[in-house]
Amino acid sequence: MISLTVNGKQYEVDVSPDTPLLWVIRDAIGLTGTKFGCGLQQCGACTVQLDGVAVRSCGMAVSNVGTKKVTTIEGLSPASSHPLQVAWIAEQVPQCGYCQSGQLMSAAALLAKKAKPTDAEIDAAMSGNICRCGTYQRIRRAIHRAAGA
Amino acid sequence: MTKTLTRRTFLKVSAAGGALLVGGYLPGFGETSRAEAAGVLEPNVWVRIGADDTVTIMLSQLEMGQGVMTSMPMLVAEELDVDWNKIKTEWVPADLKYGNPNFGGAQLTAGSNSVRGMWKILRQAGGTARALLVTAAAQSWNVEESACSTEKGEVIHKASGRRLRYGALVEKAGALPVPKTVALKTPKEFHLLGQSMPRLDIPEKVNGRAVFGIDVKRPGMLVARVVKCPVFGGRVESFNAEKAKAVPGVRNVVKISSGVAVVADNYWAASKGAEALEVKWNEGPLANLSSAEILKKYAALAEQPGKVARNNGDAMAALKGGGRSFERVFEVPFLAHACMEPMNCTADVRSDRCDVWVPTQGQTASHQAAIAASGLPAKAVNIYTTYLGGGFGRRGEADFVTDAVETSKAVGKPVKVIWTREDDIQHDYYRPITYVRMWGAVDESGQPVAFMQRIVQQSLMKRLGPLPPDGIDRISVDGAATLPYDIPNVRVEYIETDPGIPYGFWRSVGASVQGFVVEAFMDELATTAGKDPYEFRRGLLSKHPRHRAVLDAVAEKSGWGKPLPAGHTRGIAVMEAFGSIVGQVAEVSVTNGAVKVHKVWVAVDTGWVINPDTIKAQMEGGTLYGLTAALKGEITIHSGRVVQHHFNDYQMIRHNEAPEVDVHVVSSTENPGGIGEPSTAVAAGALANAVAAASGKRIYKLPIRV
Repeated sequence: MISLTVNGKQYEVDVSPDTPLLWVIRDAIGLTGTKFGCGLQQCGACTVQLDGVAVRSCGMAVSNVGTKKVTTIEGLSPASSHPLQVAWIAEQVPQCGYCQSGQLMSAAALLAKKAKPTDAEIDAAMSGNICRCGTYQRIRRAIHRAAGA
Repeated sequence: MTKTLTRRTFLKVSAAGGALLVGGYLPGFGETSRAEAAGVLEPNVWVRIGADDTVTIMLSQLEMGQGVMTSMPMLVAEELDVDWNKIKTEWVPADLKYGNPNFGGAQLTAGSNSVRGMWKILRQAGGTARALLVTAAAQSWNVEESACSTEKGEVIHKASGRRLRYGALVEKAGALPVPKTVALKTPKEFHLLGQSMPRLDIPEKVNGRAVFGIDVKRPGMLVARVVKCPVFGGRVESFNAEKAKAVPGVRNVVKISSGVAVVADNYWAASKGAEALEVKWNEGPLANLSSAEILKKYAALAEQPGKVARNNGDAMAALKGGGRSFERVFEVPFLAHACMEPMNCTADVRSDRCDVWVPTQGQTASHQAAIAASGLPAKAVNIYTTYLGGGFGRRGEADFVTDAVETSKAVGKPVKVIWTREDDIQHDYYRPITYVRMWGAVDESGQPVAFMQRIVQQSLMKRLGPLPPDGIDRISVDGAATLPYDIPNVRVEYIETDPGIPYGFWRSVGASVQGFVVEAFMDELATTAGKDPYEFRRGLLSKHPRHRAVLDAVAEKSGWGKPLPAGHTRGIAVMEAFGSIVGQVAEVSVTNGAVKVHKVWVAVDTGWVINPDTIKAQMEGGTLYGLTAALKGEITIHSGRVVQHHFNDYQMIRHNEAPEVDVHVVSSTENPGGIGEPSTAVAAGALANAVAAASGKRIYKLPIRV
């Protein structure tokens, strides 16, 4: 049994210790907002936060999470109230939507660190998250909007 | 022109295939009997109005980010005059009564055909429901129908100030005969269409609640990975499952038609089992095939004339008739779709029924695949759809359905098959590799006098049925045979061949090639004539005012002709694709061989507009899809297999590389064109022309290498 804290809740999961955090979240805990896109930390669809830092959950064995607190898209806010979620709706960001949980988790980690990020800071923080639908310019606008810029 | 040809094409194909369709096919209308629950008005298959005023609109076109979940109900709601906030939507199962007439009545979301195929049907569905409610109210009040109006879910008798909610009228309206057709509103009367309505799917796409195919859960469900032969056409000769089965959590290892399925309690166990599996492949006859060899064969084929898709004047004589004439060869590679959500499907096959949950673009294709793989009758096979994590044409296929149904049938349990990213890149139905010879000539005054093209490509139409008797693949020549420019001698030839690599429909399909080839060649004609590329095109579009208006708009918005920062250049392109006219200007700079796209302007005439912000979003995203391909996209075949594996060697544009795309909708009263694909088709053309202006070297090959 491995114990971990996800979205403020304690879980005991019976999984092999090399299981990527992504699959523990999706298959063992049953939270499917975090997506599988590549399995090689190249697309960012699986992005979650570990103690507030954005990480690719597909590349992290669950045994390495330790006592760090995991936050997934489901734990970003109650009732989609995070300023980024509000901005995402206002800017009508998602198209297919598959990458957007990862985009939001990366953006939230960025805003927690930088209240008003520049375009260059957005590029640096967000370029690990691929959007195949090409919603990048709306994501950028939404981040600025959430930052009150 | 494109639209008509494409539609006819599909009609012919479907007629040959025996599918149901006539020109005026309106599913759900003219039915003599209708089942009606008490207190519910269901005048056709698309709309259901409850006594509580709830209006439920059926969704058959599937949501992959292009906004159909919102635009389709808007079409119904406009004619129904319903309160938009009271709308509910419901996904329909695989059932041909919900078919798209542009696909011979099949349920398919492709070819930018959702609005184009469905707008009449859905507006009529709303209009007939409204007519019934008006009649019911007029009878209740004993007044003329013409004295009644409708607004936000109520019938109003203005003279007396009386109002009746739709919900209060459903019982009475349900007893009335359904009119076959009703007069539709004119665009001037629209109050909903043309407004940017927030997309209905977006709220659940910002909190993780949206259910994609990969998120489906069923009681007792197992998860599988299918190991496939890396060589196309290869087969399993034998396999040793011992090591795979030794992985904790692996339950079964079964051979299916596409390879060997490793079935486990969860994805990670299935994945480790798949890595441990030992398979001996019979690689089959394509094991030595390469892209270079394919292109060599195509070049040899292009030495001979092809089937003539278009012929005006005498292009061959004009090429020899003096002036400046030249020949060029263009090549574009195979491309993978790379949807963000890897292919997947969940199936539960029992002895007497088969249930399938799948992110698909085609309920009909998925249904047929599940029927074939399960061996059960059509009635026993149910298709349930989810959101699609990208489609782009890939999910019109049903290979992933076959995988899941065969695996579930083999193990007797519900199974979700999940592909890896490598599976997705290496086992796609690719945008076909294409070889194009082009000839052109300009006379002494700088006027183009000849334009000739010979296209060698796998036949996309053959994926749907046989080629028409003239041997011309209208999809392959889309954007070529439809050349809008006023050139006296035009000849477009098509040569069909098939090297055996799986190919299919990739966002903008044939036009994805021609938007580059034709517009890059036109640009070279312009520079050869010593003319400005915009003015040159403009002068050849007097017979195509829509093209000219779009070209003017994109030139104006982009500041064409005005000074640019040092090192920056612009390129322009315009074309008709999927019933819309789209123009683009790209502004780029090239530094040490690296292309930087600074900004792209898009102007589009897509006829009367449903949801303007969705048009903008599709132009933005479609442009980036086209730029990604033009700058980075290449699937290479070597030893019968795909060289690329993943996002590291099949790369996507990312945040730091994505230019702003500035979209301008050119208003028009024409019937709606498609919006999902046109901007993808033209993107490489504008980009290649901008890069050529920057580097001084014309671009004849994608991806662009300077």
